[in-house]
Amino acid sequence: MWSWPFAWQIAPELLRAVQTTIAATLAGFALALVGGLLLAFARRAKPRGVSLAAAGVIEFVRSTPLLVQLYVLFYGLPSAGISLPPFAAGVLGLGIHYSAYLAEVYRSGIESVPRGQWEAATALNFSRRQTWTRIILPQAIRPIIPVLGNYLIVMFKETPVLSAITLVEMLMTAKMIGSASFRYLEAFTLAGMLFFLLSYASSLLIRRLESKLTQR
Amino acid sequence: MNNTRQTADPIVRYRSISKTFGDLTILHEIDLDIAPAEKVAVIGPSGSGKTTLARLLMTLEEPTSGTIEVNGELLWHKRVNGRLVRADERHLHKMRGNIGMVFQHFNLFPHMNILRNVTEAPIHVLGLPREEAVERAVTMLEKVGLGDKLEAYPSHLSGGQKQRVAIARALVMRPSVMLFDEVTSALDPELVGEVLAVIKEIAREGEMAMMLITHEMDFARDVADRVIFTDGGTIVEEGSPEQIFHDPQSPRLQAFLSRFRAGSGKEVMR
Ligand SMILES: Nc1ncnc2c1ncn2[C@@H]1O[C@H](COP(=O)(O)OP(=O)(O)O)[C@@H](O)[C@H]1O
Ligand SMILES: [Mg+2]
Repeated sequence: MWSWPFAWQIAPELLRAVQTTIAATLAGFALALVGGLLLAFARRAKPRGVSLAAAGVIEFVRSTPLLVQLYVLFYGLPSAGISLPPFAAGVLGLGIHYSAYLAEVYRSGIESVPRGQWEAATALNFSRRQTWTRIILPQAIRPIIPVLGNYLIVMFKETPVLSAITLVEMLMTAKMIGSASFRYLEAFTLAGMLFFLLSYASSLLIRRLESKLTQR
Repeated sequence: MNNTRQTADPIVRYRSISKTFGDLTILHEIDLDIAPAEKVAVIGPSGSGKTTLARLLMTLEEPTSGTIEVNGELLWHKRVNGRLVRADERHLHKMRGNIGMVFQHFNLFPHMNILRNVTEAPIHVLGLPREEAVERAVTMLEKVGLGDKLEAYPSHLSGGQKQRVAIARALVMRPSVMLFDEVTSALDPELVGEVLAVIKEIAREGEMAMMLITHEMDFARDVADRVIFTDGGTIVEEGSPEQIFHDPQSPRLQAFLSRFRAGSGKEVMR
């Protein structure tokens, strides 16, 4: 049966693990935000080779499981002379995997900006770069914030897969507590609660951000 | 470049300009000169190529053949060993500084307030110090009657106000030629007047050449030094407002004008 004293006893250890989970999520997401944007740009690039290559990467990454990508990064790369610690491999894997999804999200945002905005930017003689940074991206990103936020939460909930490359994240910690004490109920319940609380809090934050930005 | 100002030289010169989309020819070998400070109204049925004519000059559309010169310099081309080659983005960027455009659908930047809509390009394109850009913008916004809307966002303005902001935004760049493409066509009828009044005021002040594509015949008559009538991708007739409106020569212009009068000032659209 549920034991409060035991739950209290294991809480600190789970809270330590949750930090790893959060750090991996945030770092992976930051990487995906940048990587996704770069892929979206490459996808639109004039040289056909570049845009086809980007399309290929996006398609490939989206059609293979994250777990496989993590195995390649963690167990495969060392034979090519590159060994990454579990955290770095995990962040890289999450970043690459979600880049491919975010590239498509960015694309939809960019396409939602009316052609007239590009034309006004040209008429005012903004450079290509200024047109992107000052006119197009601010308008492209605003409507996709909810989707980006959703991917952040999805990514967070998928972090247990990192235990497959030995990263001691929250679920792995719960499992270790369980197998050491033969009490699984408290550890898994608490882990679940933590996932819920953090996901819910982030979704509230994202909604606040969204409504703040759409006030105009 | 020559430094002595020769008013005889046109500020804009279209030479044998053709434009095709697929196998549809929109403009047929257009020749057109605009003198510095000249106000040219362009009238004609919709689909006759008026917008395309302006977009070619604004570098939004590339000519299929022919050349355009602005201030005596080729717009879309460069001469390399006596041959014309497509100019690069650098050259286009340099040339665009001479040209401004106001669009039918305003195209204000919805994520910026009015003041920033008008200061953004002076600061980041012209490189003006912020205070100077703000001063220039505020003066211009006051001139178009929007000095009290600096902090407002475009979505809070009426169509007429939006278009006046768009005019101010183009004017602060101080182009030598300004293109107005049916800038009142998207407005509710009761808002047309305020926008036309602003344009008339600017036209009176003078220095800048203007191409005014419009369906407002009274406005064209009041403002233009010269009126051009396009139909089917060619310039069918041109002349002073007097000639065009009171003594039209070609049957096509006569038919166009009578359709207008019949339709109480508004052309019957397709
Ligand atoms: N990007 C385009 N692709 C194909 N056809 C076009 C394009 N832009 C304009 N057209 C066609 O060119 C013709 C002239 O258009 P436009 O210059 O807009 O005329 P106007 O401004 O006089 O109404 C129209 O038949 C229009 O459908
Ligand atoms: Mg038009």
